[in-house]
Amino acid sequence: MSVRHALLALLSEGPKYGLQLRHEFEERTGEVWPLNVGQVYTTLQRLERDGLVESDNDAEASAQKAFRLTGTGAAELNNWLRTPPDLSSPPRDELVIKVLVATRVPGVDVHDVIQTHRRHVVQLMQEWTRIKRDAPAQDVNLALVVDAELYRLDSVVRWLDAAQSRLRRSAVDGEVPVPSDGPARTTRTSPAASASTAPTGARR
Amino acid sequence: MSALQLSRVSKVYGRGASEVHALIDVDLSVDPGELVAVMGPSGSGKSTLLTIAGSLEEPSGGEVTVGDVPLSRLSRNERAALRRRVIGYVFQDFNLLAGLTAAENVSLPLELDGTSGKAARAAALEALDQLGLPDQADRFPDELSGGERQRVAIARAVVGQRRLLLADEPSGALDSVNGESVMRLVRASCQGGVAGVVVTHDAQLAAWADRVVFLRDGRIVDQTAEQDGPESLLEAGPAR
Repeated sequence: MSVRHALLALLSEGPKYGLQLRHEFEERTGEVWPLNVGQVYTTLQRLERDGLVESDNDAEASAQKAFRLTGTGAAELNNWLRTPPDLSSPPRDELVIKVLVATRVPGVDVHDVIQTHRRHVVQLMQEWTRIKRDAPAQDVNLALVVDAELYRLDSVVRWLDAAQSRLRRSAVDGEVPVPSDGPARTTRTSPAASASTAPTGARR
Repeated sequence: MSALQLSRVSKVYGRGASEVHALIDVDLSVDPGELVAVMGPSGSGKSTLLTIAGSLEEPSGGEVTVGDVPLSRLSRNERAALRRRVIGYVFQDFNLLAGLTAAENVSLPLELDGTSGKAARAAALEALDQLGLPDQADRFPDELSGGERQRVAIARAVVGQRRLLLADEPSGALDSVNGESVMRLVRASCQGGVAGVVVTHDAQLAAWADRVVFLRDGRIVDQTAEQDGPESLLEAGPAR
């Protein structure tokens, strides 16, 4: 999240004070990203140094100092909105590495590892969903922010599902030495699990 | 007392070499007012779990108790009566009867159970109203949008004095925003004291539940823990 560009966007509506910018930033991001006031003023000083915003006077940054967007700032904002984020470089995803490593560590059931992460991610999704559920229906900003998190986490769950079924298929085909083709066994924190033994799973 | 209790429930299809264990020693308890999601891939036994919980199918072993009634002790007719009065189902493809209006679809289970036509219609209109369809009562399913049809299906599942709501992939083919409203409605029913079980492979739907239970190869292998509350997320903020 670029605080710098978010501030430029807020100033595109007209001159604003520092505290006002902080308040509006939090409001428009569904109050999911808290911002401290020091961060706002530091960013404003840098924007001013770079000629992207200007202020009324040369006084110290204070609650009474209004900032406004310059022409250069408006161009920078416009350019940023249309610049794709960097999605092309392969991410060094910690989760992917853990699952890859788990397939090779003796005594570790990769399916247990996958289920542990799946549970954790679904719990996070429950928490985000609760935020959306409890929010007023008209708070579209919050819903947008929460949806973005939910889709991101959902893609992690889908990858874990795909990884599990791929590993099991490979194990059945004998291509990769995966510990078991049975169901994921019980993890320590699973009160619902009724049977942690008998890994010979159902075929359906 | 649980609204639904599955104790060491198993289900085996076929015999000998073609024997398939769809459910193995499943223990699951759902309290009144609680919404539980059962999450698992296709073939994990989700739908079997739901049909057995709803007495549409009998387990090969173990016991299902709805309220304080063990289903194994009921006659065939008593089970059918329980299905009409206590248990509501929402199916993936809605299963509305095309020749009946929305209100008639909703009132049907009550009328089959002996409620007068007038009283059943009044209850149906109230259920449709609660689901935001006050003006669609006399429309036929093919005159309704996908989201509206699904609301009618939920109204039919909760009409009367139902205490258990069972849903199989209840957002069906709806887009995600409509799927979300379905889950909001299911949750609202649970807040009225109904116990809900939703089976799904979709984590975004499952996340609406109070508790998510993970099913793999017919076994419950894990479940989510009690929630800390969303404050912890907001305080930490996403790592960016």
